[in-house]
Amino acid sequence: MSNKILAFAESKDNKFKNPAFEITSAAASLAAQLAGCEFSVITINNCSGDELKILGKYGAKNVFHISLDDLNSKSGQSGFLYSHTAESKAVSEFAKANGYNIILLSATSFGKEIAPSVAVRTDSAIAVDCVEIDGESGTVVIKRPVYAGKSYTKVRFNSENIVLTLRPNVFKPVITGGDTEITEVDAGTLNIVAGDFRTVVKEAVVASGKLDVAEADRIVSGGRGLRSSENFALIERLASVIGAATGASRAVVDAGWRPHGEQVGQTGKTVSPSLYIACGISGAIQHLAGMSSSKCIVAINKDKDAPIFQTANYGIVGDVFEVLPVLTEELKNIV
Amino acid sequence: MKLVVCVSLVPDSTTKIKIADSQTAIDTAGVAFIINPYDEYAVEEAVQLKEKNGGEVIAVSFGTDKSRDAIKKAFQMGADKGILIKSPVPDFDSYTVARNLADVIKELSPDIVFFGKQSIDFDGLVVPNMVAEILNMPSVNVVTRLDINGGIVTAEREIEGGKEIVTASMPVIIGAQKGLNTPRYPNLKSIMASKSKPIEERPQTYTGNKSEVFEMSLPSAKGKGKILEGGAASVPELVKLLREEAKVI
Repeated sequence: MSNKILAFAESKDNKFKNPAFEITSAAASLAAQLAGCEFSVITINNCSGDELKILGKYGAKNVFHISLDDLNSKSGQSGFLYSHTAESKAVSEFAKANGYNIILLSATSFGKEIAPSVAVRTDSAIAVDCVEIDGESGTVVIKRPVYAGKSYTKVRFNSENIVLTLRPNVFKPVITGGDTEITEVDAGTLNIVAGDFRTVVKEAVVASGKLDVAEADRIVSGGRGLRSSENFALIERLASVIGAATGASRAVVDAGWRPHGEQVGQTGKTVSPSLYIACGISGAIQHLAGMSSSKCIVAINKDKDAPIFQTANYGIVGDVFEVLPVLTEELKNIV
Repeated sequence: MKLVVCVSLVPDSTTKIKIADSQTAIDTAGVAFIINPYDEYAVEEAVQLKEKNGGEVIAVSFGTDKSRDAIKKAFQMGADKGILIKSPVPDFDSYTVARNLADVIKELSPDIVFFGKQSIDFDGLVVPNMVAEILNMPSVNVVTRLDINGGIVTAEREIEGGKEIVTASMPVIIGAQKGLNTPRYPNLKSIMASKSKPIEERPQTYTGNKSEVFEMSLPSAKGKGKILEGGAASVPELVKLLREEAKVI
């Protein structure tokens, strides 16, 4: 059978962000590899027509749009923002009704929450957090990290139906241009009933202006070498100068100096930014696992034998309390 | 309250990974196995609910005989009974795991099923929500706070840079994230008591993996980095390298 790809473009506050562009470009590239394969993008939100058209820049010829207000109106309730379970059903029903057998989602907190359910609903195999997708041989194989990046597996599928989530920051958005046709999909055609709203999100609280480590392109992380919670002001200052998110090692999260949302490593987040600056982090294997796929790693540590220097592309052996202020000043002048 | 906790056994997080001769799995020689760290938050939450509301906690694991150790750890933390769904060989994907767990959970008909949000070996975050979909139950994963009020649960779920407040009706599946609670250290008394707790063995009810690992590899080794030994005096050189060589600034 010939393949048909459906890419789910995620939006936040009715704007598309990088993961939506990455997934559109990845779908276009996979479709080009698989013979006779077409692809479309589906999205659920209250975006304007102009916003939806932006996906065309990344190669989406067909964008199917489900109005979030229309979908939510099937719940018979009010006072909520969105429902993961209803959106999962909407995407799955659309895919089944229109013969899409490969569904791509972003491995964001939203995508990860609905992907398993979409896989069950569409009777699909699933692979998550993919960092490579290859269709050259005519069938899909993927590569994904396991053990928090201490190793990688290549996976093939015993099923023509496949659901994949793609790790953010890995697949490059490619601007190709071209015409886009936007088609409105009536939620009424997707068999959505009140019972599909099994969970509803009442509130989404996002600290304003704060970048999350999982989606940041630059990260400045601090470890035990910072000696106290207060000293993380040095980390925050450098991060703010270069537009980075702040990260932390497990030791400082366990000590209560930083929130666990910032923890990078095997029991925290796995990250792959372009630039990762590790300050006062010795480099326990669990931490290295979570950040070693960063494109450029800079280590600052006073112990020249610290394992972090084995993984770093660049490093300074020195006291973080002396190096960080100078580095921050120096970078302030050029960025 | 009837509470089920699904637990799994994983290589300790300090494990240095070596690839087995098969090239499709890790070499487990000399590897210490532990209960999945996120499962400890799941067990703790279930045990706290039992202590508050009464009822029982049943620890369920799918895996080979070895997985008994994960159930035993749950016993030491206060779980009452265990069920091992025994797979003859360690060859299963997340769908197979979810189908087998779903069969047992359906029969147990609990009020809440807890999972760790993901296992630290295959890092899927897949099984909890897959089981929920198979059983047509609500589920919330990556939960850092849970409140229960008359059959309605309100869960705080970690998202990029913040949190979502999610509500659902019981029975419900909850995936535990670090921060949900502080898992207890078993004391001598609970360790002794755990020895007499029963583990019931069940056969695997579903086989039929939908995916297959055909190659496992280690990350490509980095070339030797440029490490400057001049402390703060090396900053201008570092900045120059970042701009001109790495081109990241």
